[in-house]
Amino acid sequence: MSEFRMPSLGADMESGTLVDWRVKPGDAVRRGDVVALVETEKGVIEVEIFESGVVDSLIVQPGQKVPVGATLAIVRGDGATAEVPPTPGPPLAAKAASDEKRLPTITPPIEAAGRARVSPLARKRAQELGVELSAATGTGEDGSITAADVERAAENAKARASTTAPAATVTAKGLDLQAMRRVIAAAMARSKREIPHYYLATTIDMRKSLNWLAAENAKRTVTKRLLYSALLIRAVALATGEVPEMNGFWIDGAFKPGHDVHVGVAISLRQGGLINPAIHDVDKKNLDELMESMLDLVNRARAGHLRSSELSDGTITVTSLGEQGVESVFGVIYPPQVALVGFGKIIERPFAADGLVGARPMIEATLSGDHRVSDGHRGGRFLLAVDRLLQEPEKL
Amino acid sequence: MSAETIKTTYRDAIRAAIREALLRDERVFLMGEDVGRYGGCFAVSKGLLDEFGPERIRDTPLSESAFVGAGIGAAMGGARPIVEIMTVNFSLLALDQIVNNAATILHMSGGQFNIPLVIRMTTGAGRQLAAQHSHSLEGWYAHIPGIKVLTPATLEDARGMLWPALEDPNPVLIFENGLLYNMEGELAADAGAVDISKAAIRRSGKDLSLITYGGTLFKTLQAAEELAREGIDAEVIDLRTLRPLDTATIVASVGRTHRAVIVDEGWRSGSISAEIMARIMENAFFELDAPVARVCSAEVPMPYPKHLEDAAIPQVPAIVAAARRVVTGHE
Repeated sequence: MSEFRMPSLGADMESGTLVDWRVKPGDAVRRGDVVALVETEKGVIEVEIFESGVVDSLIVQPGQKVPVGATLAIVRGDGATAEVPPTPGPPLAAKAASDEKRLPTITPPIEAAGRARVSPLARKRAQELGVELSAATGTGEDGSITAADVERAAENAKARASTTAPAATVTAKGLDLQAMRRVIAAAMARSKREIPHYYLATTIDMRKSLNWLAAENAKRTVTKRLLYSALLIRAVALATGEVPEMNGFWIDGAFKPGHDVHVGVAISLRQGGLINPAIHDVDKKNLDELMESMLDLVNRARAGHLRSSELSDGTITVTSLGEQGVESVFGVIYPPQVALVGFGKIIERPFAADGLVGARPMIEATLSGDHRVSDGHRGGRFLLAVDRLLQEPEKL
Repeated sequence: MSAETIKTTYRDAIRAAIREALLRDERVFLMGEDVGRYGGCFAVSKGLLDEFGPERIRDTPLSESAFVGAGIGAAMGGARPIVEIMTVNFSLLALDQIVNNAATILHMSGGQFNIPLVIRMTTGAGRQLAAQHSHSLEGWYAHIPGIKVLTPATLEDARGMLWPALEDPNPVLIFENGLLYNMEGELAADAGAVDISKAAIRRSGKDLSLITYGGTLFKTLQAAEELAREGIDAEVIDLRTLRPLDTATIVASVGRTHRAVIVDEGWRSGSISAEIMARIMENAFFELDAPVARVCSAEVPMPYPKHLEDAAIPQVPAIVAAARRVVTGHE
């Protein structure tokens, strides 16, 4: 006789609800058979048995929620017992779980991980100074944010405003590159410290996009011509409609989805340094409008005439190092954003399709995703959506 | 206070205070184990028997319950007794008299009888007297409504707290830390009564508040000096009175420094240090820039071997480390 117990289907699982039995007493089972359906926070999962034998009795009834390790059924072994994986958690008599007269042991829900540790004084100072707590880097005990951290963040914000905001600007000559470096350093260090990045890459066939672009541009005057980067940015913006957890902010320990899609574009400045202004409402602009916004933005960025809103409200970033000639770029997410899409240069590569090998213009698209917000599975869907959208450039 | 000072010790300052009280008020008398012929277990009352005679310096049988009870009766009858109990550990034998009688009779008699009684006792570790003579239980007494709890640490307070305690119409407990008796220093020649309702800031600072009393005051001041060399400017509060607790001084200090470490030779669980933390939470939560920390005694019966005893009670390095962690985020 042995006990078939509620398995741990993930490190964070504490209990599961038995949805249905796939066996009944008297049934013979073999190792690997699916014997029950269990619902967890991650969905309904088919549970396999790890030994062979005959089901003696079912202890837990469908609909009951029991902790990991609770006995679900009794199985009479046939001697062909395989190693039983260790069941984490205390072996709980299933009777206890089903006996309603027993006082429940309540397991409090686990706090959403990572609520920011902010001292009461720091919160007060942040309010007084109008500083976003997410902009502060905690130096207190266990990385908590102290009042001094808030004051530093306020000074940084001031420095940033004076280097890039319109009022204080900003002839290109007047850019304080040292201050900009400090700001970049703070933002990137914070990103790598706080954001658990995951990275995905896929190679996208650009033939259709480039052909369409060539045909389209042939009809246009030189000033009205479109750049392929407009297609890339538009595709990214539309793909966030399908996978919204790429678009928005991580603030105070929670994801806040962006209402609009403001795509930040990383622009490197000739003098050195980098800014990341946003093109607003890319999802609502057609390619002509987008092109116009892009050119305007790049010109103003290089001249140092950006608007402050453009510097702070990007909801996702696109970086393209294609013109520098590298094939792929794995970017660092710009906090509090939660995703960054990178594009390398377009290269002609041998490409096999329909049994034929030909040369196609290919581009490598990468995604740096915030694992607190999304998982690789969703990130993959997102990149594939970008790919699919680029195969239908006329719809962009 | 005159500029003229005398060199004295904590022990002599207490003796001077008792002597002054005996001279000023004929209702005052001292009683306790070995306070007369032997001169007091810690030599505090040495010479007083010769000067004042056995009527006013009374040796008692070894029964804390009996002689504290007698003190309560004498106080009810109009006397102003000073009762000495050898150590706070032994005062537990008189807990019934102190908590059930002295602290309650004013209330239970509808205000007809007050108990103007002063009980002095030693407290604290550090002298290798082991677990039955070394604990710091003054925080327990601070739990009890109806009594006041004084913890003189400085020579001024050793000299000056007794008279206002005797003037108080209700029972007052004075805790003398045994390690302080031999402490030497300068005291104003005309030192006398001091206030017994307020905490004192012994060192002002802006980076954190170190809150302590009694035997750990001087360790805390030393820690503050070490912290100053690291650029951490600590304020040191001497509570002086544990009941009633001077919440206003604590809260005002934390309001300025935004950080606090409490240093208490008592154990931390259910303690006066816990009460101080609670008051800070209640009154200064939004001023805090770091969690409040404590340095207390290890939660063990006080060990006899010197190295273990030293390890069990708050020491300067532990105070410095706790303060550093609260201010800088790491030790």
